[in-house]
Amino acid sequence: MGDLPPYPESLPQQPPSRRSSQASERRHSRGQAQPLAAGPEEGRQMPPDAQHNVPGWSQRRSLSQQESFLMPQAFQAEEARLGGMEHPSMNSGFPSELQPQPYPEESRNQAAQGTTSLILQRLQQGQGGLFQQLDSTFQEPPVSPLNQFNLYQTDQIYEGAQHGPYRRDDPALQFSGSELGFLQYSAEVPEPEPLELAVQNAKAYLLQTSINCDLSLYEHLVNLLTKILNQRPEDPLSILEPLNRTTQWEWFHPKLDTLRDDPEMQPTYEMAEKQKALFTRGGGGAEGEQEMEEEVGETPVPNIMETAFYFEQAGVGLSADESFRIFLALKQLVEQQPIHTCRFWGKILGINRSYLVAEVEFREGEEEVEEEEVEEVMEGAEILEAHGEEEGEEDEEKAVDFIPKPTWKPPPVIPKEESRSGANKYLYFVCNEPGLPWTRLPHVTPAQIVNARKIKKFFTGYLDAPIVSYPPFPGNEANYLRAQIARISAATQISPLGFYQFSEEEGDEEEEGGAGRDSYEENPDFEGIPVLELIDSMANWVHHTQHILPQGRCTWVNPSQKTEEEEDLGEEEEKADEGPEEAEQEVGPPLLTPLSEDAEIMHLSPWTTRVSCSLCPQYSVAVVRSNLWPGAFAYASGKKFENIYIGWGHKYSPENFNPALPAPIQQEYPSGPAIMEMSDPTVEEEQALKAAQEQVLAATEEEEEGEEEEEGEETDD
Amino acid sequence: MDAESLLLSLELASGSGQGLSPDRRASLLTSLMLVKRDYRYDRVLFWGRILGLVADYYIAQGLNEDQLAPRKTLYSLNCTEWSLLPPATEEMVAQSSVVKGRFMGDPSHEYEHIELQKVNEGEKVFEEEVVVQIKEETRLVYIIDQIDKAVAIIPRGALFKTPFGPTHVNRTFEGLSLSEAKKLSSYFHFREPVELKNKTLLEKADLDPSLDFMDSLEHDVPKGSWSIQMERGNALVVLRSLLWPGLTFYHAPRTKNYGYIYVGTGEKNMDLPFML
Repeated sequence: MGDLPPYPESLPQQPPSRRSSQASERRHSRGQAQPLAAGPEEGRQMPPDAQHNVPGWSQRRSLSQQESFLMPQAFQAEEARLGGMEHPSMNSGFPSELQPQPYPEESRNQAAQGTTSLILQRLQQGQGGLFQQLDSTFQEPPVSPLNQFNLYQTDQIYEGAQHGPYRRDDPALQFSGSELGFLQYSAEVPEPEPLELAVQNAKAYLLQTSINCDLSLYEHLVNLLTKILNQRPEDPLSILEPLNRTTQWEWFHPKLDTLRDDPEMQPTYEMAEKQKALFTRGGGGAEGEQEMEEEVGETPVPNIMETAFYFEQAGVGLSADESFRIFLALKQLVEQQPIHTCRFWGKILGINRSYLVAEVEFREGEEEVEEEEVEEVMEGAEILEAHGEEEGEEDEEKAVDFIPKPTWKPPPVIPKEESRSGANKYLYFVCNEPGLPWTRLPHVTPAQIVNARKIKKFFTGYLDAPIVSYPPFPGNEANYLRAQIARISAATQISPLGFYQFSEEEGDEEEEGGAGRDSYEENPDFEGIPVLELIDSMANWVHHTQHILPQGRCTWVNPSQKTEEEEDLGEEEEKADEGPEEAEQEVGPPLLTPLSEDAEIMHLSPWTTRVSCSLCPQYSVAVVRSNLWPGAFAYASGKKFENIYIGWGHKYSPENFNPALPAPIQQEYPSGPAIMEMSDPTVEEEQALKAAQEQVLAATEEEEEGEEEEEGEETDD
Repeated sequence: MDAESLLLSLELASGSGQGLSPDRRASLLTSLMLVKRDYRYDRVLFWGRILGLVADYYIAQGLNEDQLAPRKTLYSLNCTEWSLLPPATEEMVAQSSVVKGRFMGDPSHEYEHIELQKVNEGEKVFEEEVVVQIKEETRLVYIIDQIDKAVAIIPRGALFKTPFGPTHVNRTFEGLSLSEAKKLSSYFHFREPVELKNKTLLEKADLDPSLDFMDSLEHDVPKGSWSIQMERGNALVVLRSLLWPGLTFYHAPRTKNYGYIYVGTGEKNMDLPFML
């Protein structure tokens, strides 16, 4: 017990005025009022132990007040930790009005950081230790365990004690050993009331909460230093300001408790759930074995990973895990739709979202559903038109003044190509991300292709977005997307020479007026072309998709051919229509033409070839890049080849884009007397006319009367 | 993108379709390390790749302590040997702005540009056609400078400014939150601010001078020239520039990973207003 620092013997009732003044100072501190009152209450419990009370009691108690302000929670929590037994007894002594509040949450956190705060709050911990020892003396439990517990603290106390007491007026040095010093030898140092007052004032100042928030500088510094000491970053001085900001931010953004999900991450989790569904196989785990046998057979889904590997050699393509997810998404598509062959066409980037495009071919006879709907719509339109014309004719017969019929006829609509032929050879499905459902794109019409050539718009990522452009695009974004896909496919799908060959059939060349063959098959004898040869000459690559004519189709259709219905109705008008523009048959390069025949872009070759790795040409692949459609790539290696497109979906033009000018102003109907407006006669004119007519009438009557009289006179004779 | 985290960055930026092949990646990892040692840079960024007709240019940039100081640019044709490029001068800018079309891929290639110049001979003033030759290297410097000034971006909070002047990398940058990541105002141009002083006092009062000392993307002209998307199921935010197609900026929210890369032909998209 000799180790114990002397305690004040006297038990002065702290002058209430002083206490209350201090209490009022600190009243606005958060949650501090109760411990304040608790302090003196605890102090009052001490009297039974008066033997150990030493003269410095007043300071001790004032310090306990301070400590209770500064680290009330930690103090009490530590008390709970160290002297669980004693604590209830202490609490029981409190008057009812000062029932101990349940510890706020932060106190638990701070208690957990008790070790660090020990260093900071050496005084308080020292006090706490002392208080524990005081407790222990009060209850007379064995001192040794508590002593061991408080060893650290007492050591600290002794360290400080060795420096001896000094009087320092500077309140900023309150955390130095000086206080401990004068605490220890309180018997020798006169009661430093002015100093203590200065210290208390300083602490009170620090504990003031800021105007904007509930945080006081003191607490903030405590948090900051705690954080630094816990994390021990390198060179903390240089990151002091950011740390400061982060600590402040963390105060106001406490981590949510474990029961609630983070609302921000909700969409991410949903997306992850959807993608997880991709990874689960069709059956359950128990049926796994049976399914394995079925699945090992042929599947229309291509080997995306292999393609991705080869394209990666060329520096093109999405990352490996993205490719795998695409593979799973394609597998899902194959399961949902009756698909015969399937290929990953590529990715088209958009402003808000991007499109992943899959090129598929349905099994035979599977796609009539959409066709019927479209045909119905068309027939309905035709019937309406027929009605219109009939009514026009009737009116013609009835009305005397026939309304002049306009001589303008809309240009005939070029019919779109049948499915599985020409530009509509394949069906395309798009989705925005693997895991989301696939949407089918409609077939492309020639009008859409023609218009798509005239405009250049970014894709937004939403299929139903309207395309606002001039000339107005007949359709929404889904149609524009389909048109661009058709153009890109026609221009950039290439394969090594000899991979595809024409099927040997008779009479091929006489079909369709020389439009050329439109079908090909794989060449089973294809040997593969060495990589270097593929790089050297563009003649070793061929297009295997049909070129799209300026008309918008792959096979030419004469638009001035009329169908039977139109001929019946339009007999009368045919004569007026003599001499329509005789469209010339449009011819494009036939299928399987080599790339060397492609037109140049302003002295630029439309294709660029590279070897994927110049350091190891033996194992590299040949890569071809399109300069006309940036983003279109093809690779070939041995017997394998593949095409892919990843880009924005626009053609490259060295000149700036010139939008189509608006059409010239239409001519008005020629003015002639028949439609010339004349001003209506005014009232005066009408009256004058009427008067003149009456005069004329009167004159003629007089003449007649005169004649009659004369005649009458004659007959009288 | 930082050369330290090259592999991860390339993976995250791969959504735009073009990246690097494995052999290039391997050579970059080693050669950038040597560049850092030889030139005594603090940080080396892999800037990107400009596609030429015959060959591609691989560009890297080196930074010292001050992040906003002018960066040194290096180029290489094979990712192993790097050559330093001169900084862009006004004369270079004026000369190269007339060159259009694709890059050839040969640094010594010369573009010919015919200009009409007024020549004084004696007392007569007549115009003569002068053929100006511009080296591709000059054009390269010019294009890289343009792209940097226009579309190199950085998230808010990644750099901070100290009262002594230099700008430092913020080591306590934990990443943008998801809601912040979708806004254009959370990203700044990685260059000296140009429009900051035009802000009203009211706007400036809300800014934090140590973090908000660069121009944000909000007021870029034309509006809508940035495309913000979430990829990888909302775990990655990707910004693509529509003005210089090929520039991709990626950031994984709530993590420290961010960076930008340019893989493209080095041509500005002048048709942007028609395309929006």
